[in-house]
Amino acid sequence: MAFSKEEIAKRIAKEIKDGYYVNLGIGIPTLVANYIPKGINVVLQSENGLLGMGPFPFEGEEDADLINAGKQTITTLPGSSIFDSAMSFGMIRAQKVDLTILGAMEVSENGDIANWKIPGKMVKGMGGAMDLVASAKNIIVAMQHINKAGESKLLPKCTLPLTGVKCIKKIVTELAVLDILPEGGFKLLERAPGVSIGFIQQSTAGRLIVEGEIPEMRLD
Amino acid sequence: MINKVVSGAEEAIKDISDGTTLMLGGFGLCGIPENCIQALVNKQVKNLTCISNNAGVDDFGIGLMLRQRQVKKMISSYVGENAEFERQLLSGELEVELIPQGTLATRCLAAGYGMPAIFTPAGVGTEVAEGKEVRNFDGKDYLMEYAFDADFAIVKAWKGDTAGNLIFRSTSRNFNPVMAMAGKITIAEVEELVEAGELDPDYIHTPGIYVHRIFQGRDYEKRIEQRTVRTKSL
Repeated sequence: MAFSKEEIAKRIAKEIKDGYYVNLGIGIPTLVANYIPKGINVVLQSENGLLGMGPFPFEGEEDADLINAGKQTITTLPGSSIFDSAMSFGMIRAQKVDLTILGAMEVSENGDIANWKIPGKMVKGMGGAMDLVASAKNIIVAMQHINKAGESKLLPKCTLPLTGVKCIKKIVTELAVLDILPEGGFKLLERAPGVSIGFIQQSTAGRLIVEGEIPEMRLD
Repeated sequence: MINKVVSGAEEAIKDISDGTTLMLGGFGLCGIPENCIQALVNKQVKNLTCISNNAGVDDFGIGLMLRQRQVKKMISSYVGENAEFERQLLSGELEVELIPQGTLATRCLAAGYGMPAIFTPAGVGTEVAEGKEVRNFDGKDYLMEYAFDADFAIVKAWKGDTAGNLIFRSTSRNFNPVMAMAGKITIAEVEELVEAGELDPDYIHTPGIYVHRIFQGRDYEKRIEQRTVRTKSL
């Protein structure tokens, strides 16, 4: 069975290590915060200028001055710090942030990503995504493997305007966990429980590399 | 101390005229200069170029100016959440330059630090790079991006003093300090205006040298875009 969004988030959360500073994008990545393994210390960065993002406030305690990059009301935690937008992207550019998790509309087999624009249709802008993908040393993309029309979003080449080139190394979808190899190609690492390699193959338009046994993804 | 105080938003923006390039602080609706935006709406100046991370929502923030067609061009990083904006953009009535958020912030910083340009990897290999100089440092490509040149910067702070020193509160800081540094003329509206000497110099975020006009703001709505809460479990 293909994974739900929550299960994708849960699987990604397993990649987070003790002591990491992590930037979570909007969408599935935001859900990852709910599944950070117990017993490890992780600091969430919100690129509007906060390190140490806490949970949503209790009802009645919302503060209009305290939001995350998704414009949601949030809280701070003991040890949080606040800074301006230039410093926020300074620490991103200087690779102080250990892990970036973001969504994508398309990823290509050489690691290009498109997630900010559909020409003539959707004009929202890139926000901080171009800065993040250009600088982050460790990026995980959380995305749907196939779109609503059943077409693959893992492509030989992106068709939409790019957000960044050759920057993605790991993808988690509802069907699989994949690495993008330095020489190109999606290397299949894990599959969602009950999903066949044949179905993943059929759902991947770019070059899929399958070597040896492919274990099922585990969430515990 | 040099006194920077003006009577209010109307006086602060009195010489902003048609065709001006303005920076407006804030992230989403958080930390936006509500009073000055309303004064610009009332004044009905037109053909403005606005540099701001976002473009407000349909009925608040810069959205109020868009609704009256006061904006000729927006320079922003993210403009979702505004249907009127999207309509004007797709119909070609509004010119829009979308740039990466870190590039936007750092081009402000460069202006405030007296540096003509910066180099950033953001946008290399994308349509953002079109027509821009690329330089390679240590095997990695960077785009040269120019410091902004804005006639006015309008920011919102939590506290300010008569000398123009500013303190921001929580994440409403965002773009405000870097834009405050970047305007040829910087206008600050504050929730609480105090006498020079009442703020601890060690806790000033923006030194008054960058601020030309300051006033006590009023009637802040501080609208929340995404009200997210959790319930207390018993």
